[in-house]
Amino acid sequence: MLVHNRAGKWAVWGLFLVLFLPLFALPLLVILAASFAGHWSGALPSGFTTAHYTAATRGDSLQALTTSLVTAVTASLLALAVGTWGALGAHALPRPLRRVLDALFVLPVAVPSVVVGLAVLVAFSQPPVLLNGTRWIVILAHTVLVTAFAYQSVSAAVLRLDPAYEQAAASLGARPAYVLWRIRLPLLLPSLTAAAGLCFTLSMGELSATMMLYPPDWTPLPVQIYAATDRGRLFTGSALAVVLMTATLLVLFAVARIRTRAAYR
Amino acid sequence: MTGIRFDRVSVAYGGTTVLDALDLTVEPGEVMALLGPSGSGKTTALRAVAGFVRPASGRVYVGERDVTGLAPHQRGIGMVVQQYALFPHMRVADNVAFGLRARKVPRREIPARVAEALEMTGMGEYGRRYPRELSGGQQQRVAIARALAVRPGVLLLDEPLSALDARLRSGMLAELARLHRELPDVTILYVTHDQVEALTLADRIAVMDRARLQDVGTPRELYRAPRTGFTASFVGNANLLPVTVGAKGVAFGGVELEVDTRGAAKGAAATLCVRPHVVGLGPGPNRLAGVVGEIQWRGATHRLYVDVAGHRVMADVRELRRPPAPGDAVEVHFAPEDAVLLEAGVSGG
Repeated sequence: MLVHNRAGKWAVWGLFLVLFLPLFALPLLVILAASFAGHWSGALPSGFTTAHYTAATRGDSLQALTTSLVTAVTASLLALAVGTWGALGAHALPRPLRRVLDALFVLPVAVPSVVVGLAVLVAFSQPPVLLNGTRWIVILAHTVLVTAFAYQSVSAAVLRLDPAYEQAAASLGARPAYVLWRIRLPLLLPSLTAAAGLCFTLSMGELSATMMLYPPDWTPLPVQIYAATDRGRLFTGSALAVVLMTATLLVLFAVARIRTRAAYR
Repeated sequence: MTGIRFDRVSVAYGGTTVLDALDLTVEPGEVMALLGPSGSGKTTALRAVAGFVRPASGRVYVGERDVTGLAPHQRGIGMVVQQYALFPHMRVADNVAFGLRARKVPRREIPARVAEALEMTGMGEYGRRYPRELSGGQQQRVAIARALAVRPGVLLLDEPLSALDARLRSGMLAELARLHRELPDVTILYVTHDQVEALTLADRIAVMDRARLQDVGTPRELYRAPRTGFTASFVGNANLLPVTVGAKGVAFGGVELEVDTRGAAKGAAATLCVRPHVVGLGPGPNRLAGVVGEIQWRGATHRLYVDVAGHRVMADVRELRRPPAPGDAVEVHFAPEDAVLLEAGVSGG
């Protein structure tokens, strides 16, 4: 802490709580409360029940959770592969070309995701590549959306990588592929896992593009939440939202553990 | 046995020439120091051998092989850089084994060769450690072991001691000299800006300045009889006095000095090079009268700056019991055989 006297510390903590609670914590707490509520007509919910969770962890809802997890994991891994490849490739390019590539990769973020969804829908609704109606169109759209983040964080890390390591490796007789596999990728591992976590989180929460694309047998959890609340079942929607949050956080924790191990090696 | 040969090697970065037509041969088994200030092109020359800079013109040979167009990993050299560049995610033993694995040395030979290389640099006990768990000097030893493990014919050292403190540096200097005695076949190209390292370690020194090779010779030749003013001032910080060649010596500030003129034309302008440590205080041969401008106590010696006829003459004398004060009139002298006559127009660098 930069504030050293006791009163100052309390004041800063107070200010932090006043700002943090209403902005960040309260909405989440409200959802948590609603997910256990039977009724909510007064200031506080009443009629504590776990029935919403029973509903949220079986049948269609459980299916939606698996769908979301499979989509997010596949999309993040694809995005990581493409983004890392792109970032490493871009690094070897002359500066003007690298700028062009940077811009290309950022494009899906700069464009509203609804537009990306529409673009993917239009592009893959007819041969030669007909993906509409399959799960792959959802995964593809998610990959397109999150690759930008993978590219950006890996590309920043590649730029920071000291060329002395790869030069030392090359002078010891290592071919470029061997240097990439044994030196550059391991040194990039912390950034790669950070990028993977980011991509996963973004994909887990993606709704707008997914809405335009999802086939009946591939309904991710955010769509399920939207459908529940749309039909007025707010408490069920809240329970689903808590499940979504928990699943995302669990995976992020797992990734963070790999990260600390990678940083310690 | 492999030597190194630079054949008119030039390197340019975006229009600036950083190495200008370098012609230099390093004999097999020789330690050649590339000595010069920063920006003199010495590191560029080393990187041209390693393959990290591409010459604009000229060829680089390692042994009989023209390596100019080869990628770094095809050149079969060992290299140690200033920051060591040990792989932080690998243990010391894996760092040393890296080159062996990359070159597909049979798996069962690797442990013995790693142990041998670590033993050679006194790091045998540290194989299980990670680089960040080692001190600077230990990391340096591991970097050298890693470069030597692949048994290169040529070892490139790029300012290998400059990240160490003074005490460690002299220890490592002795260590490098010992390593070279144990591996007499390895040709070493040693880049440094430190004349003590170059004088101590090198069989020959190539002095570089402003992208050009200024002088090549054994340390003794360069120190005793520098061919250029830059060498004289960079190696050993010599006094450079403008003189006129006379009948049996030279004239400086109206005083006749007895020195070997080596057939220089009478009446010609020249530069007299005299090392500070051969200049004595008091009367003697070749005496010069002047006024003390400044005096520095350096422990074992006193460094005097004496103004003689408008020029500042440096003298390093054994610590004086009663040192003169600035402004005192003094006499300094030097033996005729301790001075070297250089061409005119060179000045202290």
